[in-house]
Amino acid sequence: MSRNIIQRKVRFVCIAAFVLLWGSSAIVYGAVLPEDRADVMYHSYDGGGVTIDGPSILVRKSFLDKFSVSTNYYVDNISGASIDVELLASEYKEERTEYSLGVEYLNNKTLMGFGYTNSTENDYVADTFYGSISQDFFGDLSNVSISYAYGSDEISKTNDDAFGTEEATHLKYIISLTQVLSKSWLMNVTLQTDVDEGFLNNPYRQYSFNAGTNALGIIREFSPEIYPETRTSDAVAVRFKHFLPYRAALGFEYRKFSDSWGIDAWNFDINYTHPWGEHLIFDVHYRWYSQSKADFYSDLFESEGVQNFMARDKELSTFKDTTIGVGVTFEYEPQSWGFVEKVSLSLLYDRISFEYDDYLDARENVIAQTAGGGEESKYSIDADVIRFFFSMWY
Amino acid sequence: MKRLCSVLLINLFILSLLTTSGCSLKPWVKPYERTNLADPIMRFGRDPVAETYMHHVYQAREGAKGAEGGAGGGCGCN
Repeated sequence: MSRNIIQRKVRFVCIAAFVLLWGSSAIVYGAVLPEDRADVMYHSYDGGGVTIDGPSILVRKSFLDKFSVSTNYYVDNISGASIDVELLASEYKEERTEYSLGVEYLNNKTLMGFGYTNSTENDYVADTFYGSISQDFFGDLSNVSISYAYGSDEISKTNDDAFGTEEATHLKYIISLTQVLSKSWLMNVTLQTDVDEGFLNNPYRQYSFNAGTNALGIIREFSPEIYPETRTSDAVAVRFKHFLPYRAALGFEYRKFSDSWGIDAWNFDINYTHPWGEHLIFDVHYRWYSQSKADFYSDLFESEGVQNFMARDKELSTFKDTTIGVGVTFEYEPQSWGFVEKVSLSLLYDRISFEYDDYLDARENVIAQTAGGGEESKYSIDADVIRFFFSMWY
Repeated sequence: MKRLCSVLLINLFILSLLTTSGCSLKPWVKPYERTNLADPIMRFGRDPVAETYMHHVYQAREGAKGAEGGAGGGCGCN
């Protein structure tokens, strides 16, 4: 069976990212409409045996000085064989397509917005509605934004009519404060609570359990995962941006996360932006992420059905990842290109290294048969992420 | 519901702080002093299309989600 396993979580989270983007956009722009701008991007993720690439087109236009409309078209072309696929399925190709439409309305110092996003795959359809309101206060030094999103998913399973159709819903509550601290410091604090209900696991993934021993050691067997049907999570992030005296910017981010599944996580990011001459901007950043495992995660369970909930997703395991990113942007402001005010061309590259503490490379047991179950080496991934895009302001 | 109430209470707390601080404090950075803050390099996520994509990359591979940074930026002083 040719199936996508690694990307199962992507469907809704991508939509959520757009929601957050929208909410944050409202926050940081305050009582002005976002810029009229169009972007055409090629994106690529290559790591862990999987390649995901495709286009993303984002267009935003304001009218009547009070409204701004944005639309996004995004595609993920997924191919290859992740470790999950190597263990349990065969190489596959798949495509996810996403459309978004948003409208914002500016009234004095208040910005309101609504939007809709649809994401479609052959076995997964997700619809999300979202709304937001932001208000400037205190001589425009403070801006508060409140956002809400409701998502509804329909999940099926390819080549398995008996699976039928499962459903899941997702609620998001977001509040964000952006504060001018001084002539050269900006701060943002964001809180988010999510409530997810329904079928939350990947119908293709399986947990592993002890099925006896042989000459190598423990024999791994697999059975479909069982997740809880509810998940609530809280995240809080604080960010700072500092303008350096020679026209450069230094940024920091710290985020803390916890959920009802027992995952605790945090990440830290430091970034630096350095314009060079009239046309070039260089970016560099470093990100560190760490999380503890979910209560119902195990690389190898003692036996089949030993718990009510059982999972072996590496995303729920204990692990760390680090990112080093660099980027360069070329900007040009033409004098006689009609309605075009500025154009730019950007190339951003990130190297992400995942180090899993309790997710073992079960291929050594199941395929290569060089190690007993639970004695395999720890799994790791190095991924290359590219964003290459053209932008135009008008 | 408990979490929803918590979020609403935080909202009210921040709003009340902003309202009351407006009575006792005066804005300490004047609009004409915000040139640096309005520079595009000061935005939390300068390029929305690329920023959204990176959120997508991390959310698909990490257990944590939410409160990501956003695109746009500046200080509302255009």
